Amino acid sequence: MWRFMGGRFSRSTRCISSSSRAFGWWEHVSPAPKDPITGVTEAFLADTNPNKINLGVGAYRDDQGKPVVLQCVRNAEAKIAACEFLESNAAAVGSKLVEESAKLAYGTQAHVVKEGRVAGLQALSGTGACRLFAELQRRFYPGSPIYLPDPTWSNHHNIWRDAQVPERSFRYYNPITKGLDFAALMDDVKTAPDGSFFLFHPCAHNPTGVDPTEEQWREISYQFKVKNHFPFFDMAYQGFATGDLDMDAQAIRIFLEDGHLIGCAQSFAKNMGLYGHRVGCLSVLCADEKQAVAVKSQLQQIARSMYSNPPVHGILLVSTILNDPQTKALWVKEVKVMANRIQLMRATLRERLEDLGSPLDWENITNQVGMFCFSGLTPDQVDRLVREFHIYMTRDGRISIAGVTTSNVSYLASAIHEVTKYDQEASNIYNISI
Amino acid sequence: MRPQLTSPDAHSIASPSSPSSAISASDRRLNALVRHLVDASPAMDSQNLKDTVSASPTSGFHADSVFAHVVRAPEDPILGVTVAYNKDPSPVKLNLGVGAYRTEEGKPLVLNVVRRAEQQIVNDRARVKEYLPIVGLADFNKLSAKLILGADSPAIQENRVTTVECLSGTGSLRVGGEFLARHYHQRTIYIPQPTWGNHPKVFTIAGLSVKTYRYYDPATRGLNFQGLLEDLGSAPSGAIVLLHACAHNPTGVDPTVQQWEQIRQLMRSKALLPFFDSAYQGFASGSLDADAQSVRMFVADGGECLVAQSYAKNMGLYGERVGALSIVCKTADIASRVESQVKLVVRPMYSNPPIHGASIVATILKDRDMYNEWTIELKAMADRIISMRHQLFDALRAKGTPGDWSHIIKQIGMFTFTGLNSEQVAFMTREYHIYMTSDGRISMAGLSTRTIPHLTDAIHAAVTGVV
Repeated sequence: MWRFMGGRFSRSTRCISSSSRAFGWWEHVSPAPKDPITGVTEAFLADTNPNKINLGVGAYRDDQGKPVVLQCVRNAEAKIAACEFLESNAAAVGSKLVEESAKLAYGTQAHVVKEGRVAGLQALSGTGACRLFAELQRRFYPGSPIYLPDPTWSNHHNIWRDAQVPERSFRYYNPITKGLDFAALMDDVKTAPDGSFFLFHPCAHNPTGVDPTEEQWREISYQFKVKNHFPFFDMAYQGFATGDLDMDAQAIRIFLEDGHLIGCAQSFAKNMGLYGHRVGCLSVLCADEKQAVAVKSQLQQIARSMYSNPPVHGILLVSTILNDPQTKALWVKEVKVMANRIQLMRATLRERLEDLGSPLDWENITNQVGMFCFSGLTPDQVDRLVREFHIYMTRDGRISIAGVTTSNVSYLASAIHEVTKYDQEASNIYNISI
Repeated sequence: MRPQLTSPDAHSIASPSSPSSAISASDRRLNALVRHLVDASPAMDSQNLKDTVSASPTSGFHADSVFAHVVRAPEDPILGVTVAYNKDPSPVKLNLGVGAYRTEEGKPLVLNVVRRAEQQIVNDRARVKEYLPIVGLADFNKLSAKLILGADSPAIQENRVTTVECLSGTGSLRVGGEFLARHYHQRTIYIPQPTWGNHPKVFTIAGLSVKTYRYYDPATRGLNFQGLLEDLGSAPSGAIVLLHACAHNPTGVDPTVQQWEQIRQLMRSKALLPFFDSAYQGFASGSLDADAQSVRMFVADGGECLVAQSYAKNMGLYGERVGALSIVCKTADIASRVESQVKLVVRPMYSNPPIHGASIVATILKDRDMYNEWTIELKAMADRIISMRHQLFDALRAKGTPGDWSHIIKQIGMFTFTGLNSEQVAFMTREYHIYMTSDGRISMAGLSTRTIPHLTDAIHAAVTGVV
């Protein structure tokens, strides 16, 4: 069918010079389902109604409903803009970021950092950090499952699945109390086989906003020692739970005190507003420096075949902010401002609902912590909110409080009241006080 | 019974069930310790504490790391060269390892037009840092497709191309590879022998099985065209074939236009799926269009293909990780479905791509002045490299170094496959502090007029001294 130029083969049949497959290679490819979280924003953007509200993705908004670039970030950006970046410094900048991130998570005095026992790698935000750990887990503990809280961020399921790590779940949220089902959680921790890998949200649980108390964390930590479980923390909201960065990392510090060798994914997307820059860190605490070096080298290999290195701009921003005392102090203030606004909106939303005479108990709105509120709304109610009121949230009833503002909170409360006021069955359950 | 702790706060240790606010930090610490101490004997008293205290299984002391069995991974061979170079204290050391452009002064280069674009972005207070869509920056995607396929490409006009912003070339290859492993009927990819060291790893981990096709002929230091045609000719129908769009890495050996046409005909007749890796568009000849010829030839015949683009070299944006994966499909509907599946690969990997580098590229590509400025700066980089080739060739000839060194000026792009063997390379590193990969590949971008004599001496010594 083909001719070779002056070569050994020479056929005189007609040369087919264009692709002969009329229907191409991808006829059988079916359309993938939309991501449940990012799909919400897509739908919101397509809506032309002036009253629309986006309570989908967890990105902070100010009281005008606008995205925010923190002043500390602008300051850092001005400093680094157009400075010559030497590739040979890539490793140094990355290591510096890891060191600073570890201090933020483990405490500035954390002896583990000083002892060089942290195997850390800068990662593509929280997603990337989780994925690196999932890949590490599969390589060195093939077949071991990951225990994810029920519920958890939807992408956790995707990440461990794509890393080919089997998944189990442990009980976490109690829909009746809209709080933590601690007894069930401890039960599941105890019945899991020894040495199991568990994922925890150290603060501001996504999607429920329900966190264990300090004492509950201590009990979990103790039980983890008995069972020799591996604790993996995905910390995406440090600063957003209480407004205090150290307070929000308390769970991690408790486990550290108790001598656990933990893994930790950190994201700077929310607390530094660096969403699009994809900056995060994965750290794995090891028994000694030698092991840390080995584990880090394996993480580098995993990253190399995925994207080689993470983008440098975001890393430089975070590094600049964390290394300059003034800029860092400004950042700490700005985090508190964001956390405070969210807390205020929680209080306001609850107040409005109560003022409207809602039959339901809305104390979960102020009990829950961080960017999200697990409203307890059913999928049908969520659909009504979209259809009738142009209010967008994920179908599990998760509301991003960051999307609530002084100007839309009344409209939101009215809408929620509308779809829930005849919810007699629900109110009967909720009115059974606990 | 729990032992008495002889600390000042011992009397105020609260039981585990009391409210945490009543306990001080030191109390909490002591409580934690208390839980870890074990009663060694029922008759123990505080005086014998030192002799009888032992760590319980619930303390940290016994716990070995769950990763104790993890061994140190080997250094990446290419990046490892720079690591070794950095450790060398010699003042005459030369880094000809990784393919990053250097000026005559041996310095990395931030293009002027990139600085301009970056300033514009940073000064624009209306810009935000929100998440990009999973597929990345829309402008960037459209402009990247146009750059590689040509602005007048019918495939673009017919909406048959899906372009997804990825993390440079590596990221584009990985995402493309994973998509193919999930949705393409043939899970074998043929890569040229030799190829960039990271190719086999990226594709294997993506889930494809990797085979090779003959490419480089060490005898001629040119293309083994016969071998290439034979190997692709005997590949199973539908197999994926990785093609370097131009400036083959590591050899610098590219097919001629006529040879590309033959490759295209062969591949289409066997329904082999082309996967282009375009990391040097503009760097090979200095012309962006000329360097995209091979890709455009395949797209022009109406068939399908994948293209991974990188802006690391041609825009000097190495660290920002800017690239794009384009999949050219038969119809617009199919392209849209394909895109939706690519998103499922990306989301559990890193959710969405980084914003900064793509914004810089989009800013430059959409502004006529900036675009022109870029093409001029790009040509200057390509010209400097070509000049280094000629200077090295002339110097070796002048020195009378045995052998035919014409491949230095025939090969294209950032790299020269010198033909030196690993012993010769090791010798050059040891005696002349010249760092390069052991396959004999040198990065011309790392050379300057000043350093060419040193390299010439080293090659000469290696060739005449070491077998």
